[in-house]
Amino acid sequence: MNRTKQLAPLAAVAVLALSLAACSGGGGGSSSSGGSLSGDAANNLQDRGPITYVQGKDNSNVVRPLVDKWNAAHPDEKVTFKEQTDKADQQHDDLVQHFQAKQSDYDVVDVDVVWTAEFAAQSWLQPLTGSMAIDTSKMMPATVKTATYNNTLYAAPQTSDGGILFYRKDLVPTPPKTWDEMMSMCSIAKAANIGCYAGQYAKYEGLTVNVAEAINTAGGKIVDDSGKPTLDTPEAKAGLTNLVTAYKNGNIPTEAVTFQEEQGRQAFEDGKLLFLRNWPYVYNLAKTDGASTVKDTFGIAPLPGKTGPGASSLGGHNLAISVYSKHKATAKDFLTFMTSEESEKFYATQGSLAPVLTSLYDDATLTDKLPYLPVLKTSIENAVPRPVTPFYPAVTKAVQDNAYAAIKGDKTVDQALKDMGAAITSASQ
Amino acid sequence: MSTIAEPKSSPEVPLPRGNKADKEVGQDRKAKSQGRWAFWLIAPTLALLAVVIVYPIVNAVIMSFQKDQGLDPVSKVFVKGGPAGFSNFIHWLAQQCGSGPCAPGTLGSQFWSATGTTFFFAVVTVILETILGFWMAIIMARTFRGRSALRAAVLVPWAIPTAVTAKLWFFIFAFEGIANKLFGSAILWTGSEWPARWAIIIADVWKTTPFMALLILAGLQIIPAEVYEAAKVDGASAWQRFTQITLPLVKPALLVAVLFRVLDALRMYDLPAIMTGGANNTTTLSILVVDQLRQGVNSAAALSTITFIIIFIVAFIFVRFLGANAVASATPNGKGKVK
Amino acid sequence: MTAIAVDAAPKSAAKRRERWASTRTYVSAAVIFIWCLLPFYWMIVTAFRDSGYTFDPAFWFTHFTWANFATVFSENLGNHFGLALFNSLVVALVTTVVALLVGVFASYALARLEFRFKFLVLGIVLGASMFPGVALVTPLFQLFTSIHWIGTYQALIIPSISFVLPLTVYTLTSFFREMPWELEEAARIDGCTQGQAFRKVIMPLAAPAVFTTAILAFIAAWNEFLIASQMSNDATKTVTVAIASFAGAQPHQEPYTAVMAAGTVVTIPLVILVLIFQRKIVAGLTAGAVK
Repeated sequence: MNRTKQLAPLAAVAVLALSLAACSGGGGGSSSSGGSLSGDAANNLQDRGPITYVQGKDNSNVVRPLVDKWNAAHPDEKVTFKEQTDKADQQHDDLVQHFQAKQSDYDVVDVDVVWTAEFAAQSWLQPLTGSMAIDTSKMMPATVKTATYNNTLYAAPQTSDGGILFYRKDLVPTPPKTWDEMMSMCSIAKAANIGCYAGQYAKYEGLTVNVAEAINTAGGKIVDDSGKPTLDTPEAKAGLTNLVTAYKNGNIPTEAVTFQEEQGRQAFEDGKLLFLRNWPYVYNLAKTDGASTVKDTFGIAPLPGKTGPGASSLGGHNLAISVYSKHKATAKDFLTFMTSEESEKFYATQGSLAPVLTSLYDDATLTDKLPYLPVLKTSIENAVPRPVTPFYPAVTKAVQDNAYAAIKGDKTVDQALKDMGAAITSASQ
Repeated sequence: MSTIAEPKSSPEVPLPRGNKADKEVGQDRKAKSQGRWAFWLIAPTLALLAVVIVYPIVNAVIMSFQKDQGLDPVSKVFVKGGPAGFSNFIHWLAQQCGSGPCAPGTLGSQFWSATGTTFFFAVVTVILETILGFWMAIIMARTFRGRSALRAAVLVPWAIPTAVTAKLWFFIFAFEGIANKLFGSAILWTGSEWPARWAIIIADVWKTTPFMALLILAGLQIIPAEVYEAAKVDGASAWQRFTQITLPLVKPALLVAVLFRVLDALRMYDLPAIMTGGANNTTTLSILVVDQLRQGVNSAAALSTITFIIIFIVAFIFVRFLGANAVASATPNGKGKVK
Repeated sequence: MTAIAVDAAPKSAAKRRERWASTRTYVSAAVIFIWCLLPFYWMIVTAFRDSGYTFDPAFWFTHFTWANFATVFSENLGNHFGLALFNSLVVALVTTVVALLVGVFASYALARLEFRFKFLVLGIVLGASMFPGVALVTPLFQLFTSIHWIGTYQALIIPSISFVLPLTVYTLTSFFREMPWELEEAARIDGCTQGQAFRKVIMPLAAPAVFTTAILAFIAAWNEFLIASQMSNDATKTVTVAIASFAGAQPHQEPYTAVMAAGTVVTIPLVILVLIFQRKIVAGLTAGAVK
């Protein structure tokens, strides 16, 4: 009697723990629905009703007005806007949590271009085929590619982004067209006692962006269409070597291995860099920041390439519909609404977000407000998406670790590429 | 000297010692009624821990024996991996990926280096925090003008949310940051191995020393002042008073503080994750777990389980050999004192 | 109560020593003060700096502005920081009160009662502090989803209590063991029940320990992020989640000055709160104990 009493709490713990554990089973692995319209995906395609739209922090207040506008016109199919945090990793993990729990509370989700393949392969995204199909003909092809997995469109490109070259037009009258030309201009930087060129080389997602750009610009590729690494090519080697050599000989300043976007912007605004690879957001800030010393002395150009414009990596987001959504017809209409020309224009004017529709880049009202659009257009037209693979987290990790070591001189380019390839292969098994 | 030892046996000093005479009478009956009492007093704690901690641990152990999902070669969608036996554990411990050793750039290749880094951080930060914390506590325990201001100031680093702290130090240690400006240096704090480690250690020590200091201070506060006065009258030096009175009497509080700091330090995540992203050999086990969670939940469950076991072993050794069982040894001592 | 530095010897050598000791105390206090507050000072400087001068390394206040605080509380940007402060207060207060209550029960049993498997109980309680916190989120999320708790206060509070419980139980147990329990027995002879004796005699003596534990628990709950970020919704999100949601006006722009402003906003009230509590509560309880 006494003994049982004493054991009771422990027994309770054990029983509770085991029974709870049984609820979620092995967890994690999603059931396979084969990417076709079976199981959950087949449900609710014609259904309408209130839905929820999920996106990271709406920093420039573009989503709320659009949602209000939609709700005014669709009183029976109201959209609730659920705002996530501002950190990409946290947004990713939040979506994964909800999908893993097969929650129907997220209907339309905003996914980073690099997550689309992963979520599609998990069968969490509604394929945009048949009655769910959307018109992508007016969108820039590279952006559509980021939303496509296994030859099926799983999302609608919503916003894009591409790298551009910021340069000091007071020191360099005409911007370099090629990488070699840019390197030859580094003597100007040296004479002015400033750093020559920098991108983002801290060990984080930005490094993958920059390394992918270097490799793609040199004509190489990180992975092929089936997701296998293709890094044992002279082109890939040439691409990474460009970065490694420039860092070694000081054309890329030493501190650039600590640079994320903001540190590079700071250095450029302080007048400490001749060339900077960054996203277009720097344009407005370098023009208006109180601390900017280059307000009137910088210009922009497409990234320098091998012979012409370089191959930028693509940023931006896609809109997708959850397979667990109960009102997919409404979700699809909302998705079309959010990617309409009018909405795209609003993103650009209100939030400085790059549109995915080709025509808008020549729209005079937009180019007046965002003078960098023509340059950005060239950038996105020549852009190559970062590897479209369901194993993206492992691939980007392999690229970051090895490229970082190579840039810092801890391993040779050959070794780095070999390890990168091996790591990608083992991760995608 | 002799009087210095005296307080230990003096009645004011509340080290509970069992009264042997009491013990034998009606021990059985007492134990029974106490057992019942103890059950009801402890049940809420265990119930809360069961739901929030034990359940996820059991869940993780079960998951760790499943393979991670794999990509179906035809449909290109993920399918469940099936039973894994011990392969997830072998993957980490032997750093084996598939047929050979894990290539650099995979998470699997980082298990032992992350373990080493985690222990390095834990040992260095806890030692520094203990010494500094003790010093802070002793100063805070003194009576002087501005004592409450000091106590409030000490709380500040602990009170700032960790994510904000990490961002704050990230910017302080940026290349163009205030640290390099103040010292006129050009150190790549977050971009090279030892500076990165020290940057993280400094930030961690700054943030968590107050935790240590407050717990030690609470321990100091229950030492009766008469004990010191008696020792002083006997001419004990400050150092003697410290080692022979303060240290032994504050030991239980100190050990609890150190034990929990060790457990926390072995799970360090935010500071290295935000300050370096794990670059330059600053990847800790918790960072590895987070990264792995995004690549495969079953391997991540195995890694969490391994981390749990490692920390368990450390705690066990700590309790066993360093005497943190000051708490657990209540068993023989507490007897007989309760009606 | 804490007269460690007090020396009443009237000799002049002793006086000199006393003065020397007090100088040392002040120097040490000053060093601790600067060490703890210097980075905090930098945080405040940044919080009051125009975001266009985010990276200005000037050590004093320059480009002074309140704009960052306006951003923090801006409803237009959907920050709802006031609500988040309220939510954090609710979560942290309830967590602290419940954790202390439950913790006091358990610690009393562990320190004072005789029962089998005590070591095992202590082991389980400690073991709860050994699992990587990040790995707890997914199973808890699935559990709370299945019982429709996502977005409720209890989904934030219950995990929070469990996170602070191990430390609470261990601290209180170790302090309870140091208590002069003879006094409790004396009180019972005077006619108190065991509960009264505990409340009126032991608790006041344990006040410093209980109060310290309460501060540590409160701050830990106040700063909890992992669980809050997954289990809360717009109505229940806490300050740590709100801070993580701050964004720059431009994509990629770090809202650094706003984050520092928010950090200031959440830290200063906490410190004031502790200052007030420290004086009133501890003084009150200790006074009661002496009687």
